[in-house]
Amino acid sequence: MRRDGAPALGQFAHNLREAPRRLREAAVRGGRPTTDRTRSTFVFNNVFLHLHAVRTHRWSLRWTTTAGLGIASVAAFLITLVTGILLMFYYKPYPDVAYDSMKDIHFVVPTGRFVRNLHRWAANVMVVAVILHMARTFYTAAYRAPREFNWLVGMALLVTTLGLSFTGYLLPWDQLAYWAITIGANIAQSPREVTDALGVTQAFDPGGLQRLLLLGSDTVGEEALIRFYLLHVILLPLIAGMLMAVHIWRIRKDGGLAKPPDVDARLGDPPPATYPVFTEAPTKTYHLAAIVRGRTPAVGGGPENTVPSMPHLFYAEAAVLMLTLLICMALSLVSDAPLKELANPLVPENPAKAPWYFLGLQELVAFSAFMGGIGIPTIVLVGLGLIPFLDREQAGTGVWFGGPGGWPLVRNSIAVGFAAALILESFAIQFGWLREWVPGIPQLVITAVNPGTVLTFVYAAYSLWLVRLFNSARAGALGLFTCFLCGFVVLTVIGTYFRGPNWQFYWSPADWPVH
Amino acid sequence: MTVTPGHPRSRLDPEPVPRRDFLGLLSFWTMATTLLFATLGMLRMPRAAVLPSPSKKFRVAIPEALPPGEAYVPPGRTTAIFRDAQGTYAISIVCTHLGCIVKPTPDGFECPCHGSVFARDGAVVRGPAPQPLSWIKVEAGGGTVVVDEAATVAAGTKVTA
Ligand code: HEM
Ligand code: FES
Repeated sequence: MRRDGAPALGQFAHNLREAPRRLREAAVRGGRPTTDRTRSTFVFNNVFLHLHAVRTHRWSLRWTTTAGLGIASVAAFLITLVTGILLMFYYKPYPDVAYDSMKDIHFVVPTGRFVRNLHRWAANVMVVAVILHMARTFYTAAYRAPREFNWLVGMALLVTTLGLSFTGYLLPWDQLAYWAITIGANIAQSPREVTDALGVTQAFDPGGLQRLLLLGSDTVGEEALIRFYLLHVILLPLIAGMLMAVHIWRIRKDGGLAKPPDVDARLGDPPPATYPVFTEAPTKTYHLAAIVRGRTPAVGGGPENTVPSMPHLFYAEAAVLMLTLLICMALSLVSDAPLKELANPLVPENPAKAPWYFLGLQELVAFSAFMGGIGIPTIVLVGLGLIPFLDREQAGTGVWFGGPGGWPLVRNSIAVGFAAALILESFAIQFGWLREWVPGIPQLVITAVNPGTVLTFVYAAYSLWLVRLFNSARAGALGLFTCFLCGFVVLTVIGTYFRGPNWQFYWSPADWPVH
Repeated sequence: MTVTPGHPRSRLDPEPVPRRDFLGLLSFWTMATTLLFATLGMLRMPRAAVLPSPSKKFRVAIPEALPPGEAYVPPGRTTAIFRDAQGTYAISIVCTHLGCIVKPTPDGFECPCHGSVFARDGAVVRGPAPQPLSWIKVEAGGGTVVVDEAATVAAGTKVTA
């Protein structure tokens, strides 16, 4: 086709010359991000960046608001993603061969040991970051309406994160892996503890089904390894990635991070050097906001205290990413990921310990498999999920330890939480538990009454008392969450440092009997 | 729309449920049902119909010198075989708590994982194990016994050759 009567060849040459410029324009639609306006276009024209709002409130950018923990979780996830893909070049998911390939990665493959360490450490950092991030959103009461849904998405992310770590734990196929998964799979089967006691296992056996689905067999073997591999490298990462996208996009839809109503007064004027706060009049208005339910970026607070996300938010995010990477790299240089002997299905590792974040549960499992492994985790998850629906108060949103009682209440709850857990554990370690006093006691009694359930009961009673005392659900939630966090710490520390062979209590590994 | 008697509905009148809506809803629910059943069907797959584990039945010769009441665990198996005056019997050494392998001791069995202790007949003495160790089916014949780890028998069942 000829245009303007120009010869086709001439047009062709012209198009060819113009191609690089047009390619650039096609990639960076809306012009170079050099002004506030083009930066905004840049953000909302990009599918990844537009998960963020175009402008960010100054409150959200303060370190004390988030401590960067959410982004640190994303960063750790990205590190595991990259290092995980690298590991997949050499890892072979087949029993025994898997162990050899881990050894190859560790000792032969160039940079293999470092990449493996990085993967392992980033996974641990992610678990820590996610737990701390949950604590930060809890203590700043950021879960309240309209953020209930995002709190639930966050909980799904918590479970997915733990699932990713747990499925990864089996892959090296060493003693540590094999016995941790054997125990894990039997925890999945532990509803049998109840169905057996009721004598209905023949007819109704959810525990057996769960274990069968997890292992694909009745022992931990090649079927189980393939299943865990599948979950670890495809299914759970995909779920985690999707949930993260939803989670971060929801923040924007919920009107940015939670902030106190008097946020402008608290922040004061932006420092004079702040660059740039509205260098041009915005050309985009939020007409759409009118039809979107709930609060949107432009509602309930003028744009006065917002700054363009690009570059302010992105600099902050990049800083957190670099910091997370730095921490993971430093840890990987100092400490190698463990690799024990090849898995031996006949000789349990003694003591056989799960990954550290499950050792608190393992401590409870050592009293009742069902309660410690399924009952109490379920109670905790349901409790966490209910928080935003039970606490419909306003006071203290967006402020650390906000709400009736505030920091003094949290401080006292820390004392109560630690004291209750320590007293109960010392008691059980010193004097044993029901079966040691009353041999032949029915299993159901132990399942119902064990240190785990007693602790849960004490915490729940304490927090109900707080609800009455302060006449506020938030006060109860503050107490309960704090107590559970303390209980988690106590049990995890005992499980990690003070349990030796046969799960006996030892003050230090130096006292362990030689075996 | 109103239908007055004696006045047949005209083709121009709107239908009670517009045909488009009806067909739309119908195809939507057809799709939903199809997807539901497809999903249910797919869910059946991860549940293995035949378990790939090796046979649990094996024949083994008990060492002649095995003292009465002392455990013999055939290599690679998870069953302890005993012999005493009343006959031969076998007890599983898979802990009923969370599946670790228990260690036979002079007084019974000890589990390394969470410290369950079992008596010589497999009864729980202490620790979190909810059930006694199971007794395994043995058939004695000549110098060897056939053990079927998949079959349990009542505690106390001993066989003589
Ligand atoms: C893989 C796990 C997770 C990732 C990657 C993640 C990521 C993020 C990010 C980047 C933010 C922005 C603010 C910040 O950095 O604090 C955020 C906010 C939030 N997250 Fe998460 N999160 C995760 C897990 C959780 C969990 C376990 C919960 C709670 C159960 C949770 C609840 C929330 C809530 C309610 C907000 C809004 C906070 C506010 O408005 O101030 N998230 N998350
Ligand atoms: S597996 Fe034997 S006590 Fe836990």
